[in-house]
Amino acid sequence: MLENRKWIIIGVFCLLGLVYLARLFYLQILDDTYSLGASKNSIKRVVEIPYRGQIYDRNNQLMVYNTPVYDLYVTPKQVRIADTASFCRLMAITPSEFDSIMGLAKNYSSVKPSLFLRQLSKEDFARIQDALVDYHGFEPVISSMRTYPAQTLSNALGYVSEITRKQLDNQDLTYYRQGDYVGHNGLEEQYEEQLRGKRGVKFMMQNVRGINKGSWKEGAFDTLAVAGQNLVTSIDVEVQKYADSLMQNKVGAILAIEPSSGEILVSVSAPTYDPNLLSSRFFSKNYRSLIKNPYKPLINRPIMASYRPGSTFKLIQALIAQQQGSLIPHMVYGHAGSPVRCHCRGGNDLRGAIANSCNPYFYQVFRKFMYFNGEHNTFKASAVGLREWHDMAEKFGIGDRLGVDLPSERKGNLPIPEYYDKAYRGALRWKFSNVYSLSIGEGELLITPLKLANLAATIANRGWYITPHYVKGFGKAGVAVPAEYLEHHETDIEYKYYLPVIDGMRAAVTRGTVNPMANIPGIDLCGKTGTAQNAKHGHKFDHSIFIGFAPMNNPKIAVAVFVENAGWGGDAAASVAALVAERYLKRKTEALRLDAKVKAARFFPPSDGIPAIKRPVVPKKDTTHKPEVPKPLMTDTRPKSATLVAVSGN
Amino acid sequence: MLYFSCVSLGWLNVYAAVYSPEEQTSLFDMSTNSGKQLMWIGTTAILIICILVINHTFFDTFAFVFYGFMILVLILVLFAGTNINGSRSWFKFGAVSIQPAEFAKVATALALAKYLDVPGINLTKRKDLLYIVGIIVLPCILILASNETGSTLVFASFVIMLYREGLPGWIPAAGIAAAGLFILALLFPKLYIFLGIVALMLLIVLLMPRYNRSIPNLLALGVLGIGMMVYVTGVDFFVNNVLQKHQRNRIKVLVDPTIDPLGVGWNVTQAKIAIGSGRLQGKGFLEGTQTKFDFVPEQSTDFIFCTIGEEHGFIGSMVVVVLFIALISRIVILAEKQRTKFARVYGYCVAGIIFFHVMVNIGMTIGLMPVIGIPLPFFSYGGSSLWSFSILLFIFLKLDSRRTALTRR
Repeated sequence: MLENRKWIIIGVFCLLGLVYLARLFYLQILDDTYSLGASKNSIKRVVEIPYRGQIYDRNNQLMVYNTPVYDLYVTPKQVRIADTASFCRLMAITPSEFDSIMGLAKNYSSVKPSLFLRQLSKEDFARIQDALVDYHGFEPVISSMRTYPAQTLSNALGYVSEITRKQLDNQDLTYYRQGDYVGHNGLEEQYEEQLRGKRGVKFMMQNVRGINKGSWKEGAFDTLAVAGQNLVTSIDVEVQKYADSLMQNKVGAILAIEPSSGEILVSVSAPTYDPNLLSSRFFSKNYRSLIKNPYKPLINRPIMASYRPGSTFKLIQALIAQQQGSLIPHMVYGHAGSPVRCHCRGGNDLRGAIANSCNPYFYQVFRKFMYFNGEHNTFKASAVGLREWHDMAEKFGIGDRLGVDLPSERKGNLPIPEYYDKAYRGALRWKFSNVYSLSIGEGELLITPLKLANLAATIANRGWYITPHYVKGFGKAGVAVPAEYLEHHETDIEYKYYLPVIDGMRAAVTRGTVNPMANIPGIDLCGKTGTAQNAKHGHKFDHSIFIGFAPMNNPKIAVAVFVENAGWGGDAAASVAALVAERYLKRKTEALRLDAKVKAARFFPPSDGIPAIKRPVVPKKDTTHKPEVPKPLMTDTRPKSATLVAVSGN
Repeated sequence: MLYFSCVSLGWLNVYAAVYSPEEQTSLFDMSTNSGKQLMWIGTTAILIICILVINHTFFDTFAFVFYGFMILVLILVLFAGTNINGSRSWFKFGAVSIQPAEFAKVATALALAKYLDVPGINLTKRKDLLYIVGIIVLPCILILASNETGSTLVFASFVIMLYREGLPGWIPAAGIAAAGLFILALLFPKLYIFLGIVALMLLIVLLMPRYNRSIPNLLALGVLGIGMMVYVTGVDFFVNNVLQKHQRNRIKVLVDPTIDPLGVGWNVTQAKIAIGSGRLQGKGFLEGTQTKFDFVPEQSTDFIFCTIGEEHGFIGSMVVVVLFIALISRIVILAEKQRTKFARVYGYCVAGIIFFHVMVNIGMTIGLMPVIGIPLPFFSYGGSSLWSFSILLFIFLKLDSRRTALTRR
């Protein structure tokens, strides 16, 4: 009987064995949480950051490249320093800094490396490299830093810095991690995806303390990093640097375009800064000082500053009025009956009016344009006329973003009837006499230098433009240019209407409003001056504006220049434009007297410029810019509303 | 044969457990655990030969002498032993440590066999049973005093042998019931268990044949029910007040493995991760990431099964489990064939001890048992355990060989 118990015992053994096997089967085959847990435990993804693409100018001159720098990492547990004082001297840090860095590192982990010093230059590294042998626990890791040999175009290039918390949270695909470097502003941000390349991933094994133990499965699942593509820009660095030098001690913008391709040749925002400031390890300090600068060097004025176009807008008025049929080039208007003042003798036809920038002439042109429809009620006619005016002017790419390849382009403002309906609290409560400031490019118009340069290019092309852009290709010129930068935009103004306007522009330079010195021989400059009303805003001088192109036939360069607080457009701005065009066309500067004069000029806002800082020099936030209700201006009276006003011309 | 495969597998796994890629150590390097294990295997071989050469009557005759000697050694170790991990149970000779508790099992098994060999011993008799319990409990107390709870629990495995030798069936049944109630008491609130016990009692009363429902029977049932309730309350008190902190935690982790995975639950969680990540075929010899990179603690000793599970997968684990079950069953069958009661009792002791070790050790790595620090026979690194298991097994084989010799004659 007791012998039978052996079977019970063996049965119990086998039963328990089966239970264990079932449990093992469940753990090892059915339930995969454990095997996932194992990868989480021991396999670490190590991301390899590829080299960021370099940036070239249109002549293949290097503008931005990566300098190798060294980040020094410390593993606290391995550190053996005999003489802390001499070590600190070698590293150029104070003993208290040393203590705080080491404290942080120890806090993080005593066996894992943490950052000790970042972005040591090659020279610094060479200095400490030999000595490092004596100090255990320090390990240099190569990294890279953006370097700008040309030291120009800072605003349009943007900069590369650590990703912000907001960007990190807002990214669509989780590509970036904390501490990653991304392009901010400018081309670095616009073409981030092409420039950054493709990150590689390495799977590393690590032990329980997080120390690397070699690659996982001999790197079977690793992906190699692909270096970023090089960006070829349309900028001409040599002319760009020259333009920089012309804008010294001035506030403003230069934007030059090759009319036939829409490629941006020169893009100056003055005052500017050295782009290398924002790539060194002193980024935050430099950034703070730049953002505190009263002249706001971080604003990329060619696309972000909205100015009133002033008299340069008369070109659009002349073109659309001709197309509408309300203006014939031979028409002559005098000064009589116009509320706007003028400096010329009057009695101009269209060519003369452009050459001399005659305000009353364009007052009459606009008046005729507005009432050139079937409506008899002047209120209704004004509304219809303004709608037509808006629709025709819009074809020149103003009123909305042009679509340049930079982030944060400003829209500007091209008023539509509803805009005034709102301002006057109801439809049909305003008419031409309320909005005539528009005729000479003042009033509620706001426009960026980029759009004015595009206007110059459109006229140079006699009727079409390609959206201005900085990109000329990836890798080499002409490769992978986005399709929108090859597309022609028509203005729907007939070719023949451009001819008298261009005649007038040429005349403006040869015998009109432009300073005769700016009529540089051999470049055949055509242009239009503008003087945006600014003196009423507590400043001494108006903004000086000039747009133009050269040569007159088969134009190679169209340019727009804004110089703030520089007075007449025919002087400062026209001179800068002429010199830039000459340098681009001739590759040298022969108008040396003009060159010296421009470089010597200082047009900073008044040195007691506190109000200038408090009240922005130009209304920059155009979209939120709410005009006060304009009051009709009586002849020969000074405008009463300072913000809106519109007397100008030259 | 089974023995040799176990030992050599164990040796390779100790190597895998201590293997790390940057130190390309040899399997035979004496400075690592696997090297030392080889040395232990060598010495074990000598021991085996000695055992096989010695006359079988030696073990029979000197069983009580061994037992007495071991008791003395256990007392000695309490005062002269070296303190390792909080338990004063090791003798240290240079680089080699020996744990006498491991050998106490062998001596106790021999003593039990010798005692039961006397004709007329009846396990249903209270006096004989008391002697037996005395033989088992004496070394238990001494080992407990040296803070080796795990090894103490191993002595419970003698129940298997006693059951075979005529221990009334209700004793192991009561033990299992008590263990079941213990776990229930930890899992559920007391009130539910009380209600459950009352319901169970009522059910038994209802199902009882009418003629059995005498007052004394009902009274006994009531006492049993109240006894269970007292026991459940006692469990609570025992767990929270009597057990040491690490022991309490181990039991809590068993009941709820998700508590504190980085602290108390670390061992069990990591062990399960290691085994679970092996999947069907495992990651391959020396390829285990969890064990190689020290995620699993104590992996060459108590958690050696993790190495097997991770590197050889379900197939490997299955082979090991089947190997042990086969070994144990073989011992039981051989024990039944013995002519002498001494050899049979001893054989059952051997089977019980090995069975208990295997179940508890593998059970703790896969989360079926609380973490109790006892080695996996023949696999775990450690000289004492290898020696003691080999001695244990080969004494039995020697006894068995005498049986075959007799039959041949």
